[in-house]
Parts: sequence; structure tokens; C-alpha cells
Amino acid sequence: MPEEKAFKLDREITSVLATDCGSTTTKAILIEKVGDEYRLITRGEAPTTVEAPFEDVTAGARNAIREVEELTGKTLLDEKGVITPRHPDGSGVDIYMSTSSAGGGLQMMVAGVVKTMTAESAARAALGAGAIVMDVIAVDDGRKPHEKIQRIRQLRPDMILLSGGIDGGTITHVVEIAELISAAEPKPRLGIGYNLPVIYAGNKDARPHINNSLAKKVDLRMVDNLRPVLEKEVLGPAREEIHNLFMEHVMAQAPGYNKLMSWTPVPIMPTPGAVGICMQTASKEYDLSVIGVDIGGATTDVFSVFGEFFNRTVSANLGMSYSICNVLLETGVANIMRWIPFDINEGELRNRIRNKMIRPTTIPQTLDDLIIEQAISREALRLAFIHHKSLAVGLRGVHRQRTIGDTFEQTGSGETYIDMMDLGLLIGSGGVLSHAPRRAQAAMMLLDAFQPEGLTMLAVDSIFMMPQLGILSTVHAKASMQVFDRDCLIKLGTAIAPAGPSGGAKDGDPCVKVELEVDGNTIVEEVPYGSIKLIKLEDGKKAKAIIHPSRQFDVGKGYGHTLETTVNGGVVGLTIDARGRVFDVPQDKALRNRKLVEWFTAMNLYPAELLKKYAEV
Amino acid sequence: MAHAYTPGLKVTERAVIRKTRRLPLLGEVLVEKGAAVSPDTIVARTDIPGNPQTVNVANSLGVEPEDIADFMKVKTGGSIKKGEILAEYRSFFGLFKHTVTSPVDGVVEMVSTVTGQVTLREPPIPIQVDAYIDGIVEEVLPKEGVIVKTEGAFIQGIFGVGGETQGVIRVAVEGPDDVLDEAQVKPDDKGKIIIGGSLVTAAAIKKAAEVGALGIVAGGIIDSDLIEYLGHDIGVAITGHEDIPVTVIITEGFGRMRMAHRTFELLKRLQGFRASINGATQIRAGVMRPEIIVPGYQPQEDTKEQDLSQGLVPGTPLRIIREPYFGQLAEVVDLPPELQVIETEARVRILRAKLADGTIVTVPRANVEIIEA
Repeated sequence: MPEEKAFKLDREITSVLATDCGSTTTKAILIEKVGDEYRLITRGEAPTTVEAPFEDVTAGARNAIREVEELTGKTLLDEKGVITPRHPDGSGVDIYMSTSSAGGGLQMMVAGVVKTMTAESAARAALGAGAIVMDVIAVDDGRKPHEKIQRIRQLRPDMILLSGGIDGGTITHVVEIAELISAAEPKPRLGIGYNLPVIYAGNKDARPHINNSLAKKVDLRMVDNLRPVLEKEVLGPAREEIHNLFMEHVMAQAPGYNKLMSWTPVPIMPTPGAVGICMQTASKEYDLSVIGVDIGGATTDVFSVFGEFFNRTVSANLGMSYSICNVLLETGVANIMRWIPFDINEGELRNRIRNKMIRPTTIPQTLDDLIIEQAISREALRLAFIHHKSLAVGLRGVHRQRTIGDTFEQTGSGETYIDMMDLGLLIGSGGVLSHAPRRAQAAMMLLDAFQPEGLTMLAVDSIFMMPQLGILSTVHAKASMQVFDRDCLIKLGTAIAPAGPSGGAKDGDPCVKVELEVDGNTIVEEVPYGSIKLIKLEDGKKAKAIIHPSRQFDVGKGYGHTLETTVNGGVVGLTIDARGRVFDVPQDKALRNRKLVEWFTAMNLYPAELLKKYAEV
Repeated sequence: MAHAYTPGLKVTERAVIRKTRRLPLLGEVLVEKGAAVSPDTIVARTDIPGNPQTVNVANSLGVEPEDIADFMKVKTGGSIKKGEILAEYRSFFGLFKHTVTSPVDGVVEMVSTVTGQVTLREPPIPIQVDAYIDGIVEEVLPKEGVIVKTEGAFIQGIFGVGGETQGVIRVAVEGPDDVLDEAQVKPDDKGKIIIGGSLVTAAAIKKAAEVGALGIVAGGIIDSDLIEYLGHDIGVAITGHEDIPVTVIITEGFGRMRMAHRTFELLKRLQGFRASINGATQIRAGVMRPEIIVPGYQPQEDTKEQDLSQGLVPGTPLRIIREPYFGQLAEVVDLPPELQVIETEARVRILRAKLADGTIVTVPRANVEIIEA
């Protein structure tokens, strides 16, 4: 849950203006209280103006807000900035706030003693605060001291988070890392001539030595140890200090931010940090485990909230434009081609991907091109999720006491706590998902890449306002969640995906039978293994469902056990995905193309005549 | 946004060009405002701290870290030469001697009694920044660098690899459709920038490197040829630091792509001129495209300034930058204001354009770029 609340409301809020200054676009939203609830009134956007020739972030913010003014006929700006609080004549808003990822966002290096313990905890702290982690340095990372020093010198992060050791434990190793940082004399990315901020969140007994090593060379800050004992991870103080330094150093050095900061009483927050807060608030509000993904041009962020665990990872080089070639590089051309139901020359495909990289703002004009782009996105999402699962793990190095009940569920330390059967809400965001011409395409990309199990509500973020709603939730959670539910999320519908088979099942074998009661009518669908079925169930509608998996499959109650529940509709409908978990596409090309066309047709993914053409080839 | 369009790449005979030449750390600026500079003029210099070396003296001597200060032969701040004794420990009444020698020339920066490590700092490394182009120092950025201003021809490519270099331009092909293969690369291309047409092959790049050419400019390159030349694949579009002998600039894209007529004709006119080129490309916030600059070039005729203040208007020359018409040059016919449904079923802003063969096609506005002059 949100750890900091630097600003407290002292009046009733009926109108909120929030901006997100992204790396390319600044987006403004206006929220007002309409009757008893808060709703999105309108939005505006304009290019971000951090770069030359403008070099003033407020110019882009003003342009985006001006669009809101034009659309609503209200006056929100004067020569000083956003008018707050609202004037009796109706001009202005009650509160203004902003998030930012402009100018490359927050870039950090983290260091710890053991790579899979304190260094991993430090990485989680930095990522959760909204940073891009440029590198993780640890005593046991396999690099020689001079290689580590060289690496620290090369990177020009915005700040470093250093941790290591439990309180009262050995100090030698963490001091050794501090000495390497001291030797490297790292310089900050912004503000030539300034000292680099370094946050120390390690063994408190080592503080005097850390001070000796680093105080003269960097801007050193001390916070509580993030692993005071082996069994406990306390990330709050480190994250809070990261946010403070983000404001003091990064934002203060970025062009125009001092002016922007003067417009708002709420500290500016890194965009991904705000999205993380939005996800945590949503998880609490809906009482569901949540996974959210934001696939951008350069990076893919994955967020997860399972019980008390919140995690965020950034796959810095998996994206749909600037880093699209890296998706190709990491997954290989064969893995992209397996989602394409027609023949394409490999060289041609590679050239097309490169051309998207160098002209990142173009959009697919032909259906073939759209299918290729969505195939690449499946792989980018899949790889980003694998990366996320590798970091969303229990604390390593911790001995767990096991009971007899744990015998069959060996979830030891260091294993991912992401339980796909427990996942209740999967949210997709980013152009390729939010702007897919048919919503079913977004649903299918999420199903193929994440492979949720049991019952999961699929959703997309309509216009990517989660950053603004995240920062708003730190001061007004109710307003934030009302807008999130009614205006931000587009619910695609529940997916029912049996896990299994537990033994050798063949395509066409019985998998799941679903009895639905909708508006007094009963629908019964039997979906065989290897197939998908889409049932119309509109957004806002609920259905009573009795789900009977066959004995090799499980929908949450155990293999072969029936689940009685309520399922929610959506703009796509209710998807019964009986392809099995974990499923893969067939290796044989002809069979694969046939299956892809079958699934795409079942989901009504693309125009029927086109799919017919592919089926004939 | 009323004027939403992709501005495209600059291809112009006459432009005012400003280049910021900045040090990575604060240092000393060596030229004054108004000074005339040439590409190899050093405009600013600084020393970056020398490479540090860590030596674990406690481990090497077999003593406790807290005791190492007693055994140091050179104290903190003292200078030492490579091979000289850094620390010495005698045991058993002086009968056994253990020594640690310095692996480098440098200064003892820190002796840690916690870890037993000693940090040695090698001599500072001088860094200097040159002017890159012929021009005048327009502004001095105190302790950081300068802004050099020049006037001349300026061409931007779409993608490049390799850093800054200078050479004389030689057009090696007849027309913009022609492929630059090894046969067109001549032994006297040493020190030159070779201009191709629609494609440069891997063999041509290899030959260019053999003869000592410094740059190549062509319309397109095959993805696998680029990987072969670099020796590795490219994941993200940040280039310019590759350790390669020939800077390669692509003007149109990947695959065989006819060089835009206007670009090719200008490069022909620039034949024999000395150019400063840079392959560095960065396609994200703070977009950087590869460039060819010919300072001092005087067009033979007065060229009209293109008015881009209106963005796309009927008659605007453009290039289509995505399938199914990728690479084709066209002219705007009309710009319907309302969103339209295209083949993908997406509702987008489109324009109608006339291709070179007279065909009228519909294209999303996001998929065109204005050919800028």
C-alpha cells in the first residue's frame, strides 16, 4: 500500500486536474464530482517539452491542459500556472498533481552483498519506487573488482541504492562494495558538477565505515536497513528516500520542473511508481490478486499484487518500437513466426521489424502487418512476464518451517509467489493492447502471453490514466478508485482457463463443461481440449456458473472438481480457453496454422474472410 | 493537435547548423567566442580521474585488515610506481618476508582497515573534445564546452552506425536505384565517403574498410549484412559507439530501398566536398539521427525555403514509411479531417496521396513523412 502521504487534504475536493509528463506525450485528465461520484470529464494531450528547443516541461503541460480547457470551456490556467483552489467563478480546480517519466524517468544502480538476497531486495525497492535499474552490483555477481568499478564508472545513474548485511552482522562485505563505489567516483546523469546521491540501506553497524568511504565523494543518505534480519524485507524507508531524492535531484535538474513543482502541493511522483500505487489500491478495493502490464515503445513494466506482496519489474529493452529489435533478439524469429498464421520470408520479417524500430510512430495499415505486430507483442509480454516472475519471489536464504500440509506444495524460499490460479484481474496497458482495433485481440494477446489459470477478469486501460489515478489515490483514494472502475478500466470479460492436463490428453478430449445462468436462461457449453469458445456476456452482466472440469483439469478446486461461482461479462465476453496450461502452439507448421486460424476464428479476432483465406493456404 | 505530421528528415543545401561540443565532466574550454575552428581543433579538455585498482593487502600478507596500516610502505596520498613494494610484513623475527607490489603507477588513495583493501589511483586520463565541423565558436559554455555554428549543406539519414569522421564525398553509382557493391569501391577511396544508391552490400562495406574509406551513405541495407558487419545484432536503436572502421549511414531504411531522388541529387552536387559525418542514432526521447554536414557549401541557385508551418497540405511531397507502400514517394492529394477505418479496422486520420505512377492511395497520416528541404 502507498507508503507516503506527504500531502493531506484540508478541504473537500470536487475537481482534480492531473498530468503525466511522459517521455513523448504529456497527458492531462480532469476529474470532477458528478452527483455522488467522481468521473473523468475529459482529457487532453500534447508533446512533452523537456527536450530542446523548449526545454521546459511546463510548456507541454500547459498545452495538454489547454486542450482540456478547450474541450470543457473552463479556465484552468493563468500566467502563474494551474489555478488552485477553484475560484467562485468556476475557474481553476481544487487540486492539481503530476507524475513524470520525461527525460528517461528515474535511472538507478543498486548494490548489495549477495546477489540473490540484499542486492535483490535493493532491486525490488528501486523498481517499486518507479526506477529503471541499470545494473545490480553484488560481491558475488561473478565480476572481478576492476570490472565492477569500470561498470560503475560507465553508468551515469540518477542515484545508487546500496544495501548489504543484516543489522548486527558482518560489515566487511558491504564496506567492500562501498569502497568500490568510492573508487569509481560515479557521476550523476543530470547536473554536471553535482554529487551523485547514494542511499545506504544496509547493516546499521557499518554506517561509520560507509561514511568514511563515501561521504566526501557522493551525496550520502542513510536510511533503515532493508533487510534488518534475514527473514524480513523492509522496503518503505528506502523507497521513500528514493522519492525524496527524485524530487530534490532528478526533478530539480530537469528543465522546467521547479516551475511545475510550484504548481502542486503533492510531490511529483515517477510515473511507474504511481501506476504501482494504483494497482495496489485496486487490488485492495476489489480484493483480488492483480497483474498489470504496460507495454510501451521502449520498455515493458509488469506489476503484481498477490496478498501482501507488491512487485514491479521493468524489462528495459522489451518494447514495441525503440526496442522492438531486442524482442526479436531475445526470443528469436521462430518464436514470433509461431503466432503468424501465414507464410512470411524470415528476412522480410526481420527487415520489417527493423523498419518499425527506426520509424517508431508508424502504425500497421494492412491486416498482415497488424497480425505481425500482435505476434511480436505476445513475445514481448511473455518475456517480460518471465522476467517478472524471476524477481517476484519469496525472500531467499530464509529457512521455512514446514508442516505436514506443505509436503505436497513445495513453495520454498526463492520461488515465485505468482500463482496464476489465484490471479483475479489481469490489466493490459500500452498502445498495442489499448488501441487494438478489436478488443478481442487484446484479450487474446493477454491470454497467450500470460496464460492465466482458473477464472481471471481481463481488462485494458482505456487511455492510460493509471499514473494520474495512482498519485490521486495517495490523497483521495475514493475518487481515484471510482474513476478507475468506471472510466479507466475497460473490462474485456472473464476468462475460464482450466489448468492441465495432468496426464496425456489429446486434442479433442473432454476438458470442461460450463453451465451458465444468464437472465433466467441456461446455457451449457462443452469445450474440448485444444479449443477456445467465446460466449457473449455483456459488460456489466453477471452469470451464475457451474464449471465442471474433466478429471485431468483444474479450475481452482482441484483436478476434476466442480466450481460454482459468478462470472462477469465484458466488451469481449466470456472466454473458455481449453487449450490447457501451460500450452504451446504445435511445432508442425501446417497444423499450427490450422490451429491458429481455428482459435482466431473462435475469438472473432480478425475479419472472417481473411481468416478463411489463411485457412485455405 | 492541428498540425500532427511526421516532420521527416532534413535534406537541405543551405542550413544554419549548430553543434554543441560538451565535455563529460567540468574542465577547461580552450577557444574563445568568435574563434574559427576546424574539425580537428581541440575546443575543450579535462582530466577524468584515473582508473582505480584495488589490492587486497590483508589477504596477500595474511594479516588482519585492521592491522594493515602498520605494514604499508607507502601511506595514503603517496605515489608509487608499478612493481614497487606497496606493503611488507615480516614474521618470525624477520626471517620470513611477505610483500605486495603495486600493479600500476599511481597514488595510494585509500587504505581500508575494514576490508583490508587498498585503492590505488592511476594518473588522470586526459579527455578532449574536438570541433567536429568547420565553423565559428558561437557560444562558450563555461567549463563545459562550446557551440560551434556553421552554414552549409545538411542531410539527415534514418539510421547509422559508427561515430564522427570527416572525408571527401565520392558518388560511386549512377543513380539512386543502383546497388553499391564491392566492384564500385575503388582503391583510391581511402579517406573518402562513398555514396551508393538503393543498397549497400556487406561485401562493399568490407572492401571499403580494406581500402581505408571512412564512410558510406546508401538508401538501404539488408538486416543480416549489418549484423555481419558489426559482428553482433542490434537490440535497441542507440548507436554511434561501435568500434568499426567505416561509418555507415542509411537514408531510407532496411531492405533494398531507392534513395530519395532529392537526397541523391544533393549528394551528387556535393561530390568532391569535404563532409563531417556521424552515424550516431538514438530513436527515443531526444531523437538523434545520423548526419552529413558540408560546411561552407554554396548552392549554385537560390533555393526556396519550404513552408512547413501548415504541416501537411495538398501538394506536400512525402515519403510513405510503412507497408504496403513502404519507400514510395508521393504527393498529398487531400486530407479528410474525419477519422477513417483502414484495412486493420483501426479508425485513424488518413490522407490520400498520389504515387509516382499516378495511382491515388489512402495512407494513415502516421505512416508518412514530409520530405523536408
